[in-house]
Amino acid sequence: MTTLSKDLAASRQFISANDAVSYGVRLCRPEVIAAYPITPQTTVVEKLSEFVANQEMDCQYVNVESEHSAMAACLGAALMGCRTFTASSSQGLLYMCEMLHYVSGSRLPIVMMNANRTVAAPWNIYGDHRDSIAMRDAGWLQLYVESAQEALDTVIQAYKVAENHQVMTPVMVCLDGFVLTHTYEVVKVPSQAEVDRFLPPYAPTENRLDLAAPKSCCISVSPEWQTEYRYKQHAAMQAAKKIIGDVDAAFGAQFGRRYGGLLEEYRCEDAEYVLLMMGTIAGTARLVVDKLREGGVKAGLVKIRSFRPFPREEIVRLAQGVKGIGIVDRDISFGYEGALGTEVKGAVQGAAPAINFIAGLSGRDVTKDNIEAMYRKVIDLARGQAEEEIQFVGLRWEQW
Amino acid sequence: MQKVIGRPTGLTELPFHYCPGCTHGIIHRLIGEVMAELGIIENTIGVAPVGCAGFSLDFFACDFVGAAHGRAQAVATGIKRSLPDKLVFTYQGDGDIAAIGTSHAIHVAARGEKITSIMVNNAVFGMTGGQMAPTTLPGMKTTTSPYGRDCAVFGQPIDLPKTVATLSGAVYVAAGSVDTPKNILQTKKYLKKAFQVQQMGLGFSFVSILSTCPTNWALSPVDSLKWLQDNMIPVYELGELKVAEEVKAL
Repeated sequence: MTTLSKDLAASRQFISANDAVSYGVRLCRPEVIAAYPITPQTTVVEKLSEFVANQEMDCQYVNVESEHSAMAACLGAALMGCRTFTASSSQGLLYMCEMLHYVSGSRLPIVMMNANRTVAAPWNIYGDHRDSIAMRDAGWLQLYVESAQEALDTVIQAYKVAENHQVMTPVMVCLDGFVLTHTYEVVKVPSQAEVDRFLPPYAPTENRLDLAAPKSCCISVSPEWQTEYRYKQHAAMQAAKKIIGDVDAAFGAQFGRRYGGLLEEYRCEDAEYVLLMMGTIAGTARLVVDKLREGGVKAGLVKIRSFRPFPREEIVRLAQGVKGIGIVDRDISFGYEGALGTEVKGAVQGAAPAINFIAGLSGRDVTKDNIEAMYRKVIDLARGQAEEEIQFVGLRWEQW
Repeated sequence: MQKVIGRPTGLTELPFHYCPGCTHGIIHRLIGEVMAELGIIENTIGVAPVGCAGFSLDFFACDFVGAAHGRAQAVATGIKRSLPDKLVFTYQGDGDIAAIGTSHAIHVAARGEKITSIMVNNAVFGMTGGQMAPTTLPGMKTTTSPYGRDCAVFGQPIDLPKTVATLSGAVYVAAGSVDTPKNILQTKKYLKKAFQVQQMGLGFSFVSILSTCPTNWALSPVDSLKWLQDNMIPVYELGELKVAEEVKAL
């Protein structure tokens, strides 16, 4: 491992979440970064290219001609045993789609950041989860974060999880576009030495190109064997459930910060009414929970960090004794319901009545009032009042 | 007082909201004038992808379609094949047509699609904040090349019109600039001829236009023009780069 003269010392910095991701990536010492700019991801790759240009990172930064090429270049580098990184968003992520499957199927532990942004048409650069949710079945772990600190810490955790030999599966770290990516907060940036202690250099499995032992990678597989490959991908993702928790705990032990592994519960101990969500809405919802608790309502929230693998068992356990649940989706699977709504309802199997709220699409603000109204509707439903199963929050022609 | 010059009928009344000193407005005007002079406004369909070019939909008086990043020429191909009697043009930045969309630039030219493409080249990805593009000049500082483009690592800039000119289906390829009144008038002639080539159904026509980006170049509008003259014109050859035999008769 090269020691650069500019190895980071531990510091507290007032930075954006995108910068926090860049520091997290730098501390993980990737050897190849390939990226194409897209709003609101751009400041991540600008910062990383600056680190590389300043020789603060010992890394190849490749300006490619498209996101498809970015992921393809990362695949090539990962096959040679390099730790790699890329970042994208929205249309760029969708353009990468083919290579996302190639990477996960080839079991390469690439880590990427996705700045969650809606997808066209209509064109819009603001945040929702429709981009990464559309990639649900690409075989990547998907971790959603709430703050700049969690973003930095999760990037470091992501490499540790992805490169675990039981997992060997790529990880996508998802940040809500603008609301998180461009918001500044005080972030604790750990020292290079501390991160080196937590995350040793990438130790590839035999699944790599080795000039001394020639073989083919990313091969074709006939119908006789494809199912077994898919089974092993699924098994690795299932194994990742425990490893995400273990890595988060180990990170907590060393750095003093942990995020609950697959999901974080907030005031759920005796909660009767629980809202489940991903990403930054949880930050606002915490305040609403506190307010409702002051008013005697036993409210709680669950922030789902890991959408894939999905924390089914944890959610089943949480639903025990709950009178009503609401699932907040920043996406919609047209013709059915929100993707998170489907997963949660499938897990709890009617153990508690549920409403699926579709909110925050294409950057629409989700206010404390919106969230309180969601809790009130869940309470009304639990008390036997009729409520629509799927509700679009704040529709202009409805009273919210 | 008599009004001697007005807004061309090829443009809407909407004021441009490009950055101060950006030359998109001049280029829009030239296209608007050409459409008006050729009497084709009602017969023309424009396609613009994302980036600053994506704003152009609102400014032209003809029908317009928004395409995904890089895909304007593919969308235009579909429109033209469906409505061969209409005039179809694309309006794209270099960060679009010379980057993520280059495959279409090559293949519409190879197939000789009877459309017109206009590339506005400011040597950066403008909309996203001035990152290094394939067209960024050697040594040019951008937000992803803070010490300047190192050609040993990132290669030389792509001169797309020269590349396109090598393909047989491209019958008219011209490279203009809008830095001086003389060049503006010359560029208008290129644009007019490109549309005429399409009217005659002769093949693919392509006009590249050098443009400024004062915001991302961190220069004043005036200094931007000088920078373009001193730095871009020596790299990107101006003039009619290809005039096929059938076009010479025009």
